[in-house]
Amino acid sequence: MIRGCIRDMSMRAPLSWLKDFVDITIPLDTLVDRMTMAGLEVGGVEHIGADWQHDKLFVGEVVEVSAHPHADRLVLATVAYGQGEPQTVITGAPNLKPGDRGQKVAFAVEGAQLHDGYSETPRLQTLSRTSIRGVESAGMVCSEKELGLSDDHTGVIILDPDLPVGRPLKDALGDVVLEVELTPNLARANCIVGLAREIAALTGQPWRAGPAAAAGSLVPTTAYGSVASADAELCARYSASLIENVTIQPSPPWMQRRLQYAGQRPINNIVDITNYVMLETGQPLHAFDYETLQGGVVVRRARLGETMQTLDGVERQLTTDMLLITDDSGPIALAGVMGGAATEVTEGTRHIFLESANFNFVNIRRTSQQLRLHSEAAQRFGRRVDPDLTISALLRASRLMETLGGGALHPDIADTYPAPSSPKTIMLRAAEVTRILGMEFSPADMTRILTSLEFGCMTYHKNGDTRLEVAVPSHRLDVSEPADLIEEIARIHGYDAIPTTLIRDVLPPQRSQSHLEGLEQTRDILVGCGLTEILSYSLSNLDSINRARTEGPPAVADDYIGLANPISQERQLLRQSLLPSLLETLSTNRRYRQRMALFEIGRVYQPQAGEELPREQRYLGIAITGPLLPRSWHDADEPPQFGWTHLKGIIDTLVQRLNVPQVRFAAATHAALHPARTAALSVNGEALGIAGDVHPQVCERFDLAGRSVAMLELNLDLLLAHRQPRHYQPISRFPAVLEDVALVVDDDLPAQVVEDAIRAAGGEWLRDVTLFDLYYGEPIPDGKKSLAYALTFQADDRSLTEDEVRVLYRRIQAHTAAELGAAMRE
Amino acid sequence: MSVSDQNPLVDQLREVHTEALERLVLVSDLTALDDWRVHYLGRKGALTQVMRGIGTLPTEQRPQVGQVSNEVKSALEAAFEAQVGAIKQAKLAKTLAQERVDVTLPGYPVSLGRLHPSTQTLREIAAIFGGMGFQIFDSREVESDYYNFELLNIPPYHPARDMWDTFYVNERVVLRTHTSPGQIRAMQAFHPDPIRVILPGMCYRYEAITARSEIMFHQVEGLAVGEHITMADLKGVLVNFARRMYGAERQVRFRCSHFPFTEPSVEVDMDCIVCNGAGCTLCKQTGWLEILGAGMVHPTVLRNGGYDPERFSGFAFGMGPERIMMQKYGIDDIRYFFSNDLRFLEQFG
Ligand SMILES: [Zn+2]
Repeated sequence: MIRGCIRDMSMRAPLSWLKDFVDITIPLDTLVDRMTMAGLEVGGVEHIGADWQHDKLFVGEVVEVSAHPHADRLVLATVAYGQGEPQTVITGAPNLKPGDRGQKVAFAVEGAQLHDGYSETPRLQTLSRTSIRGVESAGMVCSEKELGLSDDHTGVIILDPDLPVGRPLKDALGDVVLEVELTPNLARANCIVGLAREIAALTGQPWRAGPAAAAGSLVPTTAYGSVASADAELCARYSASLIENVTIQPSPPWMQRRLQYAGQRPINNIVDITNYVMLETGQPLHAFDYETLQGGVVVRRARLGETMQTLDGVERQLTTDMLLITDDSGPIALAGVMGGAATEVTEGTRHIFLESANFNFVNIRRTSQQLRLHSEAAQRFGRRVDPDLTISALLRASRLMETLGGGALHPDIADTYPAPSSPKTIMLRAAEVTRILGMEFSPADMTRILTSLEFGCMTYHKNGDTRLEVAVPSHRLDVSEPADLIEEIARIHGYDAIPTTLIRDVLPPQRSQSHLEGLEQTRDILVGCGLTEILSYSLSNLDSINRARTEGPPAVADDYIGLANPISQERQLLRQSLLPSLLETLSTNRRYRQRMALFEIGRVYQPQAGEELPREQRYLGIAITGPLLPRSWHDADEPPQFGWTHLKGIIDTLVQRLNVPQVRFAAATHAALHPARTAALSVNGEALGIAGDVHPQVCERFDLAGRSVAMLELNLDLLLAHRQPRHYQPISRFPAVLEDVALVVDDDLPAQVVEDAIRAAGGEWLRDVTLFDLYYGEPIPDGKKSLAYALTFQADDRSLTEDEVRVLYRRIQAHTAAELGAAMRE
Repeated sequence: MSVSDQNPLVDQLREVHTEALERLVLVSDLTALDDWRVHYLGRKGALTQVMRGIGTLPTEQRPQVGQVSNEVKSALEAAFEAQVGAIKQAKLAKTLAQERVDVTLPGYPVSLGRLHPSTQTLREIAAIFGGMGFQIFDSREVESDYYNFELLNIPPYHPARDMWDTFYVNERVVLRTHTSPGQIRAMQAFHPDPIRVILPGMCYRYEAITARSEIMFHQVEGLAVGEHITMADLKGVLVNFARRMYGAERQVRFRCSHFPFTEPSVEVDMDCIVCNGAGCTLCKQTGWLEILGAGMVHPTVLRNGGYDPERFSGFAFGMGPERIMMQKYGIDDIRYFFSNDLRFLEQFG
């Protein structure tokens, strides 16, 4: 649980458009804050025309356009702008030609701040009087780019004909666009009407539905064709209309502006209207060229091996899970995702068959993901759309096609609704609201809040229990249980109004955290040993893994848990060892650090036969190289360097502090390590890990040639599991007797064996054994070594006598001689 | 009338006394001092010589002269001891002065390691919640789709899945995208006891590695389940956390949000620690920094964990230690955390 990209929808909502549906009576800042707090996060507010000066930019009307006397490409435009006499200005805009008149344009007078139309990057400049080829020009007819609206500088911006001349441009064209970022549950607010409804509830205003357009008859079979859903589960509803004799042309300036402000590029009136109505209502629409359709429309699953060419020109291989819109000729659209190329609306289209349907959101998502085809329609259908919306959106778009395309809407509306949504009611207990939120709401308050969101509420009192019977409006597809209503009550009331308390509930049983505490203790011990903690990626790759191996067969991917969808070659296998990343860390830091003493505690992941999930265990890795201490003026000419014995000292300290006396070392080999300087660690006979000097060839591969590097890796979970409880040892009041013993043994006899033998023979009075000398050479014969130990004898209840100590001493001598062939050195 | 008027020995004693003291002040080392002692106080010394004459005096004069000679002897012995002390003191002072060191020279290096900054922050978080009764629950990183999504009320192909970009091992196994599957595991382990745990751990997200996004990061999830856990409690716990983590003066606000496994869901913001709410680049001019996601455990999730949602309620929250560090220290690149650049790691702790 945490933020990530939890708001993956964003809606650009022009305030002027929202105001078609709700009165906004509060200051913008307050609105932004209230929306954000209620989950409609306003991630940005864009003020369009904020820098248009009231007294310098106006709605103008072209009175006359005449040719420039000295320049072919320029014209002289005389523009009335409501302030004194019309001005004549020079323009090179291709959309003003000699003889034109009556266009409404954006007119700037001397002193206006405008964007440089020819600059690559936004740059403001002040309009001044100019003279081009002998003709003076004191004002300017502006392009979109000069107004900062877009990068379009191909012609001047043409305004709606009904705008009054002389109105400051800021009032005519200026707007505020809210960039609203939405979580998946707020799909209903991913449209102007949806946002307006939310704003209405948040500000206590009513919202205005658009004019209810009277529909003709709703029937599956009309004079112009039939519609049918062959799969009610995947297509709950299919509605369509016919608009005849439309003229394909640019949509009017006001619609282009709104689309532009909402982030859509205007194309032509038909496409723009489908987009406009989708943005306004949330219902995706699709326009077919009616004359390309053959016979009735059937919505069905694709057949095995069926293909179709989508609008983007790609031939799509379909599966039987994919839903198609078909006619007698075959597929004409990939339902809810993309239309087909063959039935696309073109310049020559005369009649529009307009689809407004409802598809199963899971199916649309799956199709869109499988085909990697992401369209605005698929995104919206994939987040659920209210099936009760098809008709109102269809009529809204059809009427616009009548007014803006000159077409005629056929009185019959084709509609099939095989799986009508059923009204939902939820019982909400007042006590439940209090139990979850920690504050009480009166039935009246809850009713007020829920009603503002268009829920229907009835209050019942029964046996001291207050309940609300709540009817869920059809567009609230996200509400199905009391918890959903509790959230709505809290959200509209405001989370900040909920009190702040500390938990009154009982404290749960406190459980042992010994293992986790052991991990932290390990970290503390190692930090005390001078090691710095690193954390590496758990994801690795074969190259890196094999780089840390000198011998034996290379690692293969099959032995690892790998990702089905890696994001890079470098990070695709889950590691089974910390050594490669430790070596990489030494390698990347070698330029700026001589001394490196590092440890990592991290998980490794072993596949388990017959198990879906791997075994995850925490390993400890250590790597040391360079001087023992940071460089200083105290250093000798050649300061001592880290190596195996220092690593061994760190391990001994760790094992001693964690109190795992059962840990044993034995000579071993390992693919990354020096063949004669490697130890296998075990605990109670179970393999624990390996340690040693790194193999010089491995050092070379990590650009560490010539360095002495020592490394450890062990199973930390296993080590911690073998920790022994500490026992208090009373401090003896009686003197200790100290004796030294030097034993000559075979060179290849491990010192640990010798010490174990001494301890075994010494019994309980032998309190400490410390190796203080290791000697080779005269008079010790070749192939032998001398180990000298300081022995401490002590009893708890009395002073040991010389005789008692001598007996023990002899016993040690005899035992080591018999077991190890050791000779005592005098 | 003085004794010296009556006896020449007394005069001699006085002379020896005066001369000895005059010479003593000139003595500055222990050898010369010993010579002085032999010369005046030795068996053949000047004082002894004079005192030998006492035997030749008439009996009645002897006590008087004897007394004077004892006085002189004591005085000279005392002066000698004092001079011994003075010379030793002077010598010591000289030795100490010669032992001067430059106290500004760097000391002998001590090797003490460091914890990774993420570990430091995880410990800080654990300590704060530990004080409020939250223990630690450890949970696996490679998870089934079932635990990572389905039991958390996120069915396959649900729009909410878009909230997570997921690494898949296969169709059924994922690298956990959040620590939330641990909520289910904790509930299944502890029900029907009440629960108060935090779940720290590494999470993974299918995302390009950039200064602002990583494929791997820590999360600390929190979960409280009981018969009387409310949203007001959630607010109280998180306000306390924020003030201990970021400072007692911090303002905290709770903003409506959405997570499929909580309802109501909140995002928690804190007034910006750079501008104190005035607006700056860190807070993108909003004055607020988002620090947490949280909410009341969804009834379906409680049920999936083995608790009856009619009786039990719970809250959950989640935060990112690396994000916390970035906010606190103004770290501008999240990649520092796992690239193990010692020049970065050595700046903390
Ligand atoms: Zn700020």
